[in-house]
Amino acid sequence: MTITTVIGSGYQALIEYVVAHTITCLVPAFFIAGAISAFVSKDAILKYFGPKSNKFLAYSVASISGAILAVCSCTVLPLFAGIHRKGAGLGPAIAFLYSGPAINILAVTYTARLLGFDIGLARAIGAVGFAAVIGLIMAFIFRKEEKEKEATSDVPLFAVNDSEKTSDWHRLAFLVLLIAILLTATARVSALIKWPGVVIELLFVFYALWRWFEKDEIRLWLDETWKLAKLIVPILLVGVFFAGAIKALLPTTWVVRFVGGNTIIGNFIASFSGALMYFATLTEVPIIKALMELGMGRGPVLALLLAGPALSLPSMLAIGRVMGAKKTVVYVSLVVLFATISGFTFGALGL
Amino acid sequence: MDIKVLGPGCTNCQTLAQHAADALSEIGIEATIEKITEISKFVDYNVFITPALVINGNLKVQGRVPTKEEIISWLKEETS
Repeated sequence: MTITTVIGSGYQALIEYVVAHTITCLVPAFFIAGAISAFVSKDAILKYFGPKSNKFLAYSVASISGAILAVCSCTVLPLFAGIHRKGAGLGPAIAFLYSGPAINILAVTYTARLLGFDIGLARAIGAVGFAAVIGLIMAFIFRKEEKEKEATSDVPLFAVNDSEKTSDWHRLAFLVLLIAILLTATARVSALIKWPGVVIELLFVFYALWRWFEKDEIRLWLDETWKLAKLIVPILLVGVFFAGAIKALLPTTWVVRFVGGNTIIGNFIASFSGALMYFATLTEVPIIKALMELGMGRGPVLALLLAGPALSLPSMLAIGRVMGAKKTVVYVSLVVLFATISGFTFGALGL
Repeated sequence: MDIKVLGPGCTNCQTLAQHAADALSEIGIEATIEKITEISKFVDYNVFITPALVINGNLKVQGRVPTKEEIISWLKEETS
């Protein structure tokens, strides 16, 4: 096993990836993420996390808002701390904390593309489901502490985005158009249908931009898209290269023995190591793909997807500083537990 | 004049700190900019999304990087 073989494998993975996946999958996804970041008014969502808000709404919004409110972990933690201490409380805060890294739109898109639509869907459903369930369980376990917490009056949350210039409906329609482009471009239909379809949808997009949006909004959207791309793509390329290197270095027998097939132990190992390991945004996908090609079972794959991006040793330390060691231990254990169970179930269903 | 920039350390908060420093030097006010990176402290300032800027204990902005001009106008508010 020479160093050149390893580098060669990494390099090859990079080329395959860039050619096959970038254009059709991630480019539209970045524009979508940029649009979400630029156009979805954060305070419209934040108001669901106030201390007096309806609990059901708080949990529901928290479980999916991760897709909207945060792409990088530095945004998740302050918001988590705020919701916990001055907002709707521990439960919704935990739901948000988990869902943020677990279901951001880029990650789910890329997962569906690279690992298969079924795994992508399972990841999205698992993430949203867990977020709510784990939040509820933790709120229940620590309910006495929560009651003792002083009920603060509604904290005036500052407007985080400037005044809306385009109507909400137009923005939503625009977002739907972008998503349509993504789905069409990645659909498994013949090229004769696909590309004309994309072109037509692009025409709609340009029309929408011209008619509905003001110049500085368009600039904001493009700025956000570019900022995200600048932040994520370099690290992603490193991750892809690393994944390729893993393929060359890691013996298949090891992978199969520990996480092959669909055993409870295998799912647990995947979930536990995922919880400890740090994955920069999106890098979990090519790495897991490499592991799949080395023989990792589909159950453990899902377990790793559900525990990996959401947790890491450094993030556990940061979370611990915000909510204390005891709650952090409970949180991590719940995540590992549910990831293991979901992975095992998914694998057993033989989907 | 007490100026605090809140953020865990990613580029946005560094940009905010830079804009704040530029704003200060442009209108000739001497003040130290304190950077708060400890997440558990953000909540005390009612900050939920970083980066955030607090001047004389008043939260001026959170969740985005303001322009130098905006910061100058807030500084002027606080001195008057």
